[in-house]
Amino acid sequence: MGERIHTRIWLEEPEPDNAFATRAAYCRGYDVYGEMLGRARWVEMLFLLFRGEAPGVAQADLLEALAVGLMNAGPRDPAVHAAMCAGVGGSTAAATLMAALAVGAGQHAGAREVFGAVQAFAACGTELAAWQRRFAAPPADVMGIWPESGHPPGFDPHGVTTPLPVQQTLAALAALADAIDEARHLRWLAANREALEVAAGRPLALSGVAAAAFADLGLTADQAEMLHLLLRLPGAAAHALEQRDAGHKQFPFFALELEDDPLGGRR
Amino acid sequence: MSGPATLAEAADTLRTRMGQCFVGSRVVFRGHDLHAELGDIDWMDLFVFGITGRRYGVVPLRLLHAMWVQTSYPDARIWNNRVAALAGSARSTPGLGMSAALAMSEAQIYGGHPCVRAIDFLQQARRRVESGTPLAEVLRDELAQRRIYGYGRPINRIDERLPWLTALARELGLAAGPHLQIANEVEPLLVAHDPRLQMNYAALTAALAADLGFSAREFHHFQVPMLLAGMAPCFIEGSEREEGAVFPLSCEHLAYEGPAKRAWPALQRS
Repeated sequence: MGERIHTRIWLEEPEPDNAFATRAAYCRGYDVYGEMLGRARWVEMLFLLFRGEAPGVAQADLLEALAVGLMNAGPRDPAVHAAMCAGVGGSTAAATLMAALAVGAGQHAGAREVFGAVQAFAACGTELAAWQRRFAAPPADVMGIWPESGHPPGFDPHGVTTPLPVQQTLAALAALADAIDEARHLRWLAANREALEVAAGRPLALSGVAAAAFADLGLTADQAEMLHLLLRLPGAAAHALEQRDAGHKQFPFFALELEDDPLGGRR
Repeated sequence: MSGPATLAEAADTLRTRMGQCFVGSRVVFRGHDLHAELGDIDWMDLFVFGITGRRYGVVPLRLLHAMWVQTSYPDARIWNNRVAALAGSARSTPGLGMSAALAMSEAQIYGGHPCVRAIDFLQQARRRVESGTPLAEVLRDELAQRRIYGYGRPINRIDERLPWLTALARELGLAAGPHLQIANEVEPLLVAHDPRLQMNYAALTAALAADLGFSAREFHHFQVPMLLAGMAPCFIEGSEREEGAVFPLSCEHLAYEGPAKRAWPALQRS
């Protein structure tokens, strides 16, 4: 055998008569179909895939609560809006989710914002002064494929006060994190939210709570970015299907105000 | 205006200078009637006009076309093309296969990221050199902070596209710009540092585009479809093979290097 895929995640044993058919599959050593199925929770296998070990009960509870909190941002959310645009036009299911992923990937309320916020937790931890220094002098950003972001990740650039669902999510997740010895970010965020918001000049956003939860689950910024994209898809899918059934005539088309019309706005 | 007032102001109506479709009558594209004024122009002309707001002449457009043509490789092993081929093989749709392959071309080690980094570096290097900083010092400063994209290449250090595109740029009289000169001067300095760091397509196209007046963001947009023409053939052949017959992986193709078989802890807990 020449070319091979090296993996620490997945072992497959073939059926005796067909090397391309699986007889048994092991995820990080655990027999997926022979043992985990029916016994493991969805979030337990999710944690296992990313972290490499089965979660404790408290870690699984925290991940599951986070998944519920992220599952549907609602039709006002730009990523869900994108999915609904695909829905009303009759785009394919995959294109619908790709639309949600593309928009939900960004640095404003998207996965890249969570990436940045997890990096901030890694850099500043639970030291308020470190956060204050970071807000005052954000790390220099070299130009790349991501446009510059105009606000500190994890905070709402248009916010006035911390929305109740953000506070409720933070309180619920911080309570679950109490049962995890190494988890410190959510509890610290819950205790220091107001001081942090004063330093940021903006209210905390759900992306900031999610970032603290990902950090408490021991996930890296890369892993958090992936999971944030993944966990927000169910709501986008459901809203897209609903709008597909309702049809485009019921869906907003909005108005444009063209500023350089050669005919001066005449039709 | 700030906070929710910004959003309230923007709700329901989008003010734009980019264009509008007056359904049933006409379309405005960046201040021009699409059908009456732009209806028979070259597609690249329109694409670049859409990105930059500037119209380029026939000669620069030939070079811009060539930048796309000369990197259109219908090689199904290349990662993005492989996705197109796998989509065909899996009997997915061309739109899905192409869009996924294009989206992933905004990659770290090829495509989008190197292109953006290369033009950003070359434009900054040009500014510093013109203000009197020796190029070697510019390179030293850059290398102290980060790697320089546009030099070195995964798989093989020789970039077979360079002599062709360079020859065309010369033929068109577009090979004498200051960014290309800097890009050429950078190569021997980097090669002296590491022989693998020969110029690659990102630096050449970035330099040529910068010399045509592209900003880094404009070049970023321009390069998005650069690899597209090589993808469709990969999808098509994949879709014409037996289902699932593009690079099928047997169980033996997986080299497992993880933990040994173990019992699921939930069983132990219960």
